[in-house]
Amino acid sequence: MLTDITIGQFFPGASALHRMDPRAKLLLLLVLMAAIFVFDTPGGYAALTGLAVALAVSSGVPLSMYLRSLRPLWWILAFTFLIHLCATPGEVFFHIWIFDMTKEGLTRGFFLCLRLALLILFSSLLTFTTSPLSLTDGMERLLRPLKVVGVPAHELAMMMTIALRFVPTLIEETDTIMKAQQSRGADFSTGNALKRVRHLIPILVPLFISSFRRADELATAMEARCYRGGEGRTRMKELHVGGVDYAAAGATALLLAAMGAMKAAGF
Amino acid sequence: MAFIEIEDLCFAYPSERDERRMALDHVNLSVEEGEFIAVLGTNGSGKSTLAKHLNAILLPTSGVCRVAGMDTRDGAHLWDVRQTVGMVFQNPDNQIIAAIVEDDVAFGPENLGVPSDEIRRCVNEALTAVGMTAFQGFAPHLLSGGQKQRVAIAGTLAMRTKCLVLDEPTAMLDPVGRKEVLDTVRRLHRESGITVIYITHFMEEAAAAQRVVVMEGGKVVEDGSPKEIFCRVDAMRKRGLDVPLAAEIAWRLRKQGIRLPEDIVTDEELAVALCR
Amino acid sequence: MPIELKGVTYTYMKGTPFERTALNDVSLTIADGSLTAIAGHTGSGKSTLVQHLNGILHPTKGEALVDGVSLDGKGKENLLARRKVGMVFQYPEQQLFEETVAADIAFGPKNLELPEEEINRRVRSAMDFVQLDYETYKDVSPFRLSGGQMRRVAIAGVLALEPSYLVLDEPTAGLDPRAREELLRRIAELHRKKKLTIIFVSHNMEDIARMAERVVFMHDGRILVDAPPSEAFFAEAEMREAGLAAPPTVALLSRLRAAGLPVEADAFTADEAVKRIAKALQKKKGTLC
Repeated sequence: MLTDITIGQFFPGASALHRMDPRAKLLLLLVLMAAIFVFDTPGGYAALTGLAVALAVSSGVPLSMYLRSLRPLWWILAFTFLIHLCATPGEVFFHIWIFDMTKEGLTRGFFLCLRLALLILFSSLLTFTTSPLSLTDGMERLLRPLKVVGVPAHELAMMMTIALRFVPTLIEETDTIMKAQQSRGADFSTGNALKRVRHLIPILVPLFISSFRRADELATAMEARCYRGGEGRTRMKELHVGGVDYAAAGATALLLAAMGAMKAAGF
Repeated sequence: MAFIEIEDLCFAYPSERDERRMALDHVNLSVEEGEFIAVLGTNGSGKSTLAKHLNAILLPTSGVCRVAGMDTRDGAHLWDVRQTVGMVFQNPDNQIIAAIVEDDVAFGPENLGVPSDEIRRCVNEALTAVGMTAFQGFAPHLLSGGQKQRVAIAGTLAMRTKCLVLDEPTAMLDPVGRKEVLDTVRRLHRESGITVIYITHFMEEAAAAQRVVVMEGGKVVEDGSPKEIFCRVDAMRKRGLDVPLAAEIAWRLRKQGIRLPEDIVTDEELAVALCR
Repeated sequence: MPIELKGVTYTYMKGTPFERTALNDVSLTIADGSLTAIAGHTGSGKSTLVQHLNGILHPTKGEALVDGVSLDGKGKENLLARRKVGMVFQYPEQQLFEETVAADIAFGPKNLELPEEEINRRVRSAMDFVQLDYETYKDVSPFRLSGGQMRRVAIAGVLALEPSYLVLDEPTAGLDPRAREELLRRIAELHRKKKLTIIFVSHNMEDIARMAERVVFMHDGRILVDAPPSEAFFAEAEMREAGLAAPPTVALLSRLRAAGLPVEADAFTADEAVKRIAKALQKKKGTLC
């Protein structure tokens, strides 16, 4: 069901991760994502996987939710693994029809999948522990210096806020529309690809119409509450970089240094 | 000078195919500070269009709309007008902007450029006034319809609004939510003397007002106390509007020749009249 | 043969922290040709319940049967059973999508793969029934209509499936008094003339009092009351628990009784209430009040 999607969901809590400044979390996420690509050795992967698991446990969010966040990518992961398993030249350990599976492919496929999974896990760590609003707030502050080169930081952040706010509403609405069209005999699950795309029309048209109506009403409501763009706007919640953030940054720096040393030593 | 003054207000939607059909047709209305007015009328009678003029979402095609002495067409006062008159709309889902209750309530004052600790105070006061303090950290989609509308009311109160315009705020709610919203509005009116303009289809809500305005075809056709309006059962029905059950029953009993006073509107009054 | 729910339990988002039991061991039989109203406030489980009646939701535990056939299953039999129940959702006008009124109403019959003439016949008769003139409206875009008309188009879209049972979820929500009155009259007629079995979900006690032959009150995923109106609306403790108020006529007559007028309170329309009061006044003439 549609309501089973967990990517982008926020789980309120009070862990150290929850208390961190969104800007610090965003920057550290970028650093860790880069680290996934830089430290592409077994030792590096082991360290990063360890970190991801430790953070997931400390976040207080049920671990099953992290596994669930990987579920939509299941096919991509399996596909990546199989491609590399069969397309990497090297020592063949199994042969079937025209496919040669190699030991090198096995290792490479495994690490590539791990890399993808880590990317998702680190992102989930961010979204699960950061309210959408403070996330967009963090993004706005980080992008603000880019305003001089024409990046509309406030507008982007406002769009994100509204998009996030309406995700649950629109999921619910899609669900209702699907049920209603099913009640009128629509069938979304059989037929070839073309037929299935055609079956989407009775869902997409009502959804678009209602989204436009919502957008229109929301714009009126925002105007009625004196919205006039980012100029002169203040915020109730000012962001504060605190001890937790410095500690996290320090810990990350130490970890990266250690991993750098390990990589230099050949692990 | 009255708090809100509407003189010869006409309005036609620019996209209207039939140019002559006015959404508002020479409306005259004045509202004193601290009044509680209910506006009745069928769909398409111009109620919502009128409401949107009160905080300059729409501007008159001709005629004048003044709020606290400010002409709504005067761009220099636009934000003052919108701060003075707060709006609550019908669909609770389409007026909550933020993903957390307290952030949404803060949206108005943030737009006004209020300093951050001052906003916090406004938000806390507004949430207390509508009894939603316990939900300040909630995501809006987890609230009931009535709770969402109370958050929307808090969002206007946080701007220290003087007048609350509610456009069918309960049309999409269940009876529990309807009562929540009406009770909140009545309490705000009673305790902080806020001016209320309340558009509705529900008679029990209109009966709570001090004054009822009936609209039809873009015109104000009746304006009086709930008693005066509701005892004209025949006229109301012809306009496609309801009256409270007690008024209707009293009217029918009178038609059968039973002698009853003309001004019965509530169950209580009917009971007193029948058991003299 | 009736619709039956046997010990139905339904849990949303099972296995997540958001798990919630919306229905708890509910059993209900809807007799052929009846008009049943289901009332309860938001979150009482009433919408979840009716979505079991045409197999949109399948019970986590228990079973749902129409004419003795389970709604759960991939067989032809099960499909036909599901199709016997037409379902009009809340704010059904939000599901309109075709370019013309006629095309939108034809969507259901087309999915049933009926022949062209049969589809046309059904579209005409459905439009006729909701009082939209075929020639005037067939080629009009549904999005150009008024709210009340759009709702009638949406209901016609379900009627065109020619179901034997019709479920309506809050059919009058958001309509103005005139449109509401008209729609209720149409529904009553569907029941009376077409002998359709109707289940209608509402929190509007006035509508329920006027329409229903049988009333079900839901609370917290359970059925609290299942009785004819003459009993249901006087089950004060249960109504309070379910957060429901007595219909206006019952409240008014009870108030008159409390004030000393010897009047029966079981009137569910204004007409009936007037008759009861007139009768009580006759009786009272002889005695002192």
